Amino acid sequence: MSLLIKNAVIVNADGEKKASQDILIKGSTIEKIGKDLSADGVKVVDASGKKVLPGFIDLHCHLREPGQEHKETIETGCRAAVKGGFTSLFCMPNTRPPIDNGMIVEGVIKEARRVGLANVYPVGAISKGQNSQEMVDMYEMKAAGCLALSDDGKAVNNSQLMLLALRYADMVGLLLMEHCQDPLISGKGVMNEGLTASVLGMRGDPGVSETVIVGRDIELANYVQARIHLSHISLKRSCELIRFAKSQGVRVTAEACPHHFTLTDEAVKGFDPNTKVNPPLRTADDVEAIKAALADGTLDCVSTDHAPHTLEDKEEGFDHAPFGISGFETAFGLCVTHLVRTKVLTLAGLVDKMCQSPARIAGLKNKGRIEEGADADLVIVDTEAEWEVRKEDFVSKGKNSPFFGWKLHGLVEKTICGGKVVFER
Amino acid sequence: MTPVSKIMDEELVRRAVIRIAHEILEKNKGTENLCLVGIRTRGAVLAERIQRAVAAIEGVDLPTGILDITLYRDDLTRISHQPIVHETCVDFDITDKRIVLVDDVLFTGRTIRAALDALIDFGRPECIQLAVLIDRGHRELPIRADFVGKNVPTSLEQDVKVVLSETDQQPDQVVVVEREGE
Amino acid sequence: MEWKRHDLFDLQDLSRAEIELILETAKSFKEVSTRDVKKVPALRGKTVVMLFFEPSTRTRISFELAAKRLSADTLNISASASSLSKGESVLDTARNIEAMNVDMIVVRHKSAGVPKILADHLSSSIINAGDGCRAHPTQALLDMFTIREKLGRIEGLKVGIIGDILHSRVARSNIVGLTKMGAQVTVCGPSTLIPIGIEQMGARKTYCVDDVVAESDVLIFLRLQRERQEEQFLPSIREYAQVFGVGPERLKKAKKNVVIMHPGPTNRGVELTAEVADDPRSVILDQVTNGVAVRMAVLYLLAGAQR
Repeated sequence: MSLLIKNAVIVNADGEKKASQDILIKGSTIEKIGKDLSADGVKVVDASGKKVLPGFIDLHCHLREPGQEHKETIETGCRAAVKGGFTSLFCMPNTRPPIDNGMIVEGVIKEARRVGLANVYPVGAISKGQNSQEMVDMYEMKAAGCLALSDDGKAVNNSQLMLLALRYADMVGLLLMEHCQDPLISGKGVMNEGLTASVLGMRGDPGVSETVIVGRDIELANYVQARIHLSHISLKRSCELIRFAKSQGVRVTAEACPHHFTLTDEAVKGFDPNTKVNPPLRTADDVEAIKAALADGTLDCVSTDHAPHTLEDKEEGFDHAPFGISGFETAFGLCVTHLVRTKVLTLAGLVDKMCQSPARIAGLKNKGRIEEGADADLVIVDTEAEWEVRKEDFVSKGKNSPFFGWKLHGLVEKTICGGKVVFER
Repeated sequence: MTPVSKIMDEELVRRAVIRIAHEILEKNKGTENLCLVGIRTRGAVLAERIQRAVAAIEGVDLPTGILDITLYRDDLTRISHQPIVHETCVDFDITDKRIVLVDDVLFTGRTIRAALDALIDFGRPECIQLAVLIDRGHRELPIRADFVGKNVPTSLEQDVKVVLSETDQQPDQVVVVEREGE
Repeated sequence: MEWKRHDLFDLQDLSRAEIELILETAKSFKEVSTRDVKKVPALRGKTVVMLFFEPSTRTRISFELAAKRLSADTLNISASASSLSKGESVLDTARNIEAMNVDMIVVRHKSAGVPKILADHLSSSIINAGDGCRAHPTQALLDMFTIREKLGRIEGLKVGIIGDILHSRVARSNIVGLTKMGAQVTVCGPSTLIPIGIEQMGARKTYCVDDVVAESDVLIFLRLQRERQEEQFLPSIREYAQVFGVGPERLKKAKKNVVIMHPGPTNRGVELTAEVADDPRSVILDQVTNGVAVRMAVLYLLAGAQR
């Protein structure tokens, strides 16, 4: 099967091509990029007036399968992801049961292959049962197909285990990702601790629950000389710690999610449970700091932390609603509108945050760039088009978004994964 | 160790060994059940020489072993450093055998006492005889040699040095030296 | 050379010549154990006490046999934790024993350094039979003796030590001893069970057991203790066996005349399989035999040195 994309304005992390080009895809690989390409028996896609970007790579999302298929399945999750332009997904292990052994890893990969829409890389748990007691069999996880491990949903709250896990994972060749939130400090907090929480009478989760884990993990990674990836960073002070660590040569990488650079804890004032997220929405100061950290490279990439929940789950009232935002379908629009159009990043800079950097961090050699020989994971976008976020348009089972009614720029027109058109508007 | 008097040269040592071999054969009426055991280091060399002499006379190779008597010494606790232990090699059963124990110099008799202890730990021989190249007297134990190369009367201020080509890389000789005052 | 030491804590203190002397002396003692009368009177009248604060069967029996074959009188004291909880310290216990005019104390304790403390305060000869994770000098000596017996030399050999290096006194003493004798030691095990700074201790490190099996002249396996998993050092014993355990398939890559060693007791199916432990190239039982000879040599040499 072959595909020819005509008149493509290619945007890679190192810049946007001035003139349009054609992209010839054979099988699942980009075979040739050039002017006036033609081939027999190929399906032709015209990208005139649009931009062609590498498929987005999400280092942090929840597909809920196995165990919580009422919230999302691998199939519905992948559908929502490709609609958002994502072609590679790192799904977190806090499923039921958690992804803590090779058989479950293989099960997720097998189901994702059957669905055949996006590349799914299950992130395994760090500890068995995600209970911070014993490491998972890391060699087994790697052999089953894992590239990274995380106890996402909570931090590894046993510092000794984290130290040993970093050392062991470094030997095995697995990347550890950390959900930076000390469960003992955040306690029963439901939103950012601060004036808004006090006014609303809600239990606060102090920001220090994030920064102590950020600081701890930086120190552990530095001591062990291993890599650590810090997930969904939400605070100014976390950015400062990471910036310092990087300046010291610590092998730390980090990511931010769109809701943390577009919303503040003021959004909770309407008691919309869809603004309840972990880590919680922070202050305007933090939002500006996250943007600045993305701009200066302190934060390496943007992830969605797509965390679908059913409306029933979210209708328990703010205190009892589960944490999470359904993020696949709004991520690109939020980034274009709030990072590119506000000149925090160029479009190429955004491609770095959503494609090239995640590929580098995860070790995906042939992804994250459009070039001859690379995997044919592409997304055709209209960066100018304005659209409204509407619940009825969501294909994810999780309709839990705080962005309904928002007007955004940047629309995904077509998504191509492995040389196959997996989404078109 | 200044003044030296040479009491045996190469030729005299050679003849003494051959004579001892003849005497052993005569006393034991042949080679039946006969074995040699030399005491490390020079006794072992002498035992080998006697073995060769017997082979030349009778055409029989006598079983020959080497005994290290360090562990049987009665003065271990009185010296400040443990002497080096070497291997004992008696690879035949000595029970009911006629054993000829061989040493270079017979002096106080304590070495022979230790050797007898060691030998008896290996089995129960029919009899044990003693062959020495030099008997210098001054016995402290009731021990005597059955075969003697040369009797050398000495004083306690003297040392008897036996030099053998195999161990000393010099021609064979036996010398008496005066010990210097300490 | 003359032997002047009165105590044995660690091979760190010993010169190469001293190690050579022990190994040479042990050769002579090995013969004693093959006699009908397995006894020489060298230590007649001496009293050797086995003071074990940590359970041990092999090492204690080996020392006891060694002492008995040298005609020493022996006494076994298994000091349990309960006697210490009565308020008597290690040093008090040892002082009381020494007051009964003993000559040598063979001591094992779970804390590193205890033999040294005893030696500093007592006049008996102190022999370290294992202190914590620090040193087990007679085990390393018997390993070296066995290697020399099988391969004729130590100098220039490549020795692989596989397993829990972090908690192993056998590994530490062997690294010290073998490198002193000119061997090149490579340790192999999970990153969580290799001590920091192992390179400065003189050993190379690798996580690839296949490499170490292929390149080594000698393979020393260490026992993996189950509690290491509970202490979070390992994901599971199963994964350890899969990744670091050696079975017949892995052993195929080894040199033809490789020497397979284990200080015992073996954990068959974990660090090595039964096929490997029983391979014709395995010298695990020779190690036990040689242990008695080496300990005889150590007791004999130390007994002669005056303090």
